[in-house]
Amino acid sequence: MGGEARTIRAGDIARVEGEGALRVRVRGGRVESVELDVFEPPRYFEALLRGRTHLEPVDITARICGICPVAYQLTAARAIEAACGATVDGPIRDLRRLLYCGEWIQSHALHVYLLHAPDFLGRDSVVEVARDHPEVVRRGLRLKKAGNRLMEVVGGRAVHPVNPRVGGFHRAPGRRELAVLVDPLEEAREDALATVRWAAGLDFPELEVEAELVALRAAGEYPIDRGRVVSTGGLDVEAAGFGERLAEAQVAHSTALVSTLDGRTYVVGPLARYSLNSDRLLPEVRAAAREAGLGPTCRNPFRSIVVRSLEILQACTEALAIVRDYRPPEPSFVAVEPRAGEGAACTEAPRGVLYHRYRLDEAGTILAATIVPPTSQNQLAIEADLRRLVQRGLDLPDAELAHLCERGVRNHDPCISCAAHFLRLDMVALD
Amino acid sequence: MARRPRLAVWKFSSCDGCQVQLLDCEDELLALAGQVEIAYFLEASSAVGRGPYDLSLVEGSIASPADLDRIRRVRRTSRRLVTIGVCATAGGIQALRNFTTLREVAGAVYPRPELLSSLETSTPISAHVPVDLELRGCPVDRRQLLEVIAGFLSERRPVVPGHSVCVECKARGTTCVLVARATPCLGPVTQAGCGAICPAYGRGCYGCFGPAESANTAGLGAAWERAGARAGDLTRALRGVSAWAPAFRDGGGGDGR
Repeated sequence: MGGEARTIRAGDIARVEGEGALRVRVRGGRVESVELDVFEPPRYFEALLRGRTHLEPVDITARICGICPVAYQLTAARAIEAACGATVDGPIRDLRRLLYCGEWIQSHALHVYLLHAPDFLGRDSVVEVARDHPEVVRRGLRLKKAGNRLMEVVGGRAVHPVNPRVGGFHRAPGRRELAVLVDPLEEAREDALATVRWAAGLDFPELEVEAELVALRAAGEYPIDRGRVVSTGGLDVEAAGFGERLAEAQVAHSTALVSTLDGRTYVVGPLARYSLNSDRLLPEVRAAAREAGLGPTCRNPFRSIVVRSLEILQACTEALAIVRDYRPPEPSFVAVEPRAGEGAACTEAPRGVLYHRYRLDEAGTILAATIVPPTSQNQLAIEADLRRLVQRGLDLPDAELAHLCERGVRNHDPCISCAAHFLRLDMVALD
Repeated sequence: MARRPRLAVWKFSSCDGCQVQLLDCEDELLALAGQVEIAYFLEASSAVGRGPYDLSLVEGSIASPADLDRIRRVRRTSRRLVTIGVCATAGGIQALRNFTTLREVAGAVYPRPELLSSLETSTPISAHVPVDLELRGCPVDRRQLLEVIAGFLSERRPVVPGHSVCVECKARGTTCVLVARATPCLGPVTQAGCGAICPAYGRGCYGCFGPAESANTAGLGAAWERAGARAGDLTRALRGVSAWAPAFRDGGGGDGR
């Protein structure tokens, strides 16, 4: 190939949330640069939050993402509660976790069946998959619907729920309201187990994430709504400490803010959560993981479809248990009195660790807000994946290589809409 | 078989939530895919069909120069163009920046704001190209979305009521939170469509569907005062997801009639 330059493009990456394109430059048989060009205009949420009251970010930040609004709502609420010195525990916290389970179920089912599965089955969309595998698609839609139904009952609606607030919920649903979820969740649990078995039989290209894995970890439970931030590199800190180690940089010649952890590339999301917490899964989910051929850790991004399926099973099972034991919390929220100070929180959005920090004055007015979504944290790791995929696939024709790159992006389920920062990446080779 | 109408779904500055509402029509999705050709829907399919399109659903506001070019192309290739959601119909939550300057908001988030390419304001689609129908909501309601598509398929005007959320509360049998519990509520000035969810969950409406027909925000201000709201509360509430909608824009300060 000599010094000849070759450019592989994938304009308009499909089946991701938000819009972006991809350009890889190869020279002399080496990957020279990878550009993930995202033409999602910035929405400036952190600036818009300044001057609002401490009760408002729950409704405002939900609008960052239509797929994982609960992640934003609960992270915002918990960060503000931390700033005000309030603790929300017991049945209110259970109800929060239940709502979050609903979001995991619908978001993961969306990704597994509608966004990711077509890649493994060689189809363009779920509609095409449905032609050959109608029963598979129907199962996915049933799962998604069960998650959405849960969000509707607990949150009022599935996209931008109205019920969560700082301190808890505006109204605790009654026992009978939640009881309608038992049957769909029973069915969803069976569908989730079938999903794990089906996903395990797909064909996975070889690839290993080399970056440090970062996830939450909590005593006695799989991390969803809280936990310390831990990593394969030995990190073990509270949310506030995590924030101190994060650096958000606007990369030269670009308008992206990308995150590094103590200067290192890292990755958040299902692979990190699973690898750092597989011992925290429910016994039946662990058994399903073993049956699916997964060890205690998993670093192959293509296999994230199996991990997401396992997490759907975990969320369905947990949700069912919470619904069965449910007694409406009374009152439905803890009064959170504002005070001057700063608070941070992390939760596990379906796509990985989400970090919020707020600084308040004594009246609860927001003086500063920082939000770091999973996708901007994963940007460099996605790039690293693409570099390896391209380097290894140089013999492939352009179209096939471009398709492989798109798959490499979709493996991480990036949410470009989420990443209010995530605009345009135009980087030179990292090595 | 007659040619199936070609549907396209476009995203501009937004959160994806309104497109997700379409994908959340789990019971109808496959039937819909049989009745229309989904020619362009990047979130759902890597198959990209060129225009012209019979129906384009447009999510998101116009916030960058690139958006502006693209919406004009979309309009040229679309027989009918329906905007979905508050971003596309009123500029969205990101239009809160219209009340300040771009320099101020960009400088607060980015170390080098000069590298960004944003328009000075975030504006609705109708500010730039003709729109055949605007569907409100943050997010749009799934039933209304299906009604719009069904109406289009049968060449009739979809039924989208312009009355206020109060009518939906009455239909749902929800006791008025403003009158009975002195909870500030934007329901009287907000267009119906969501099914009056917030009052059913014990809180006031916060305006996701934008102004109802002949919304009287000044009159609402008086009712809020009687309920014990403080000066500035109504303006703050109106400065939410529908802040840039004309009848909400003055924050309840004008006569609004």
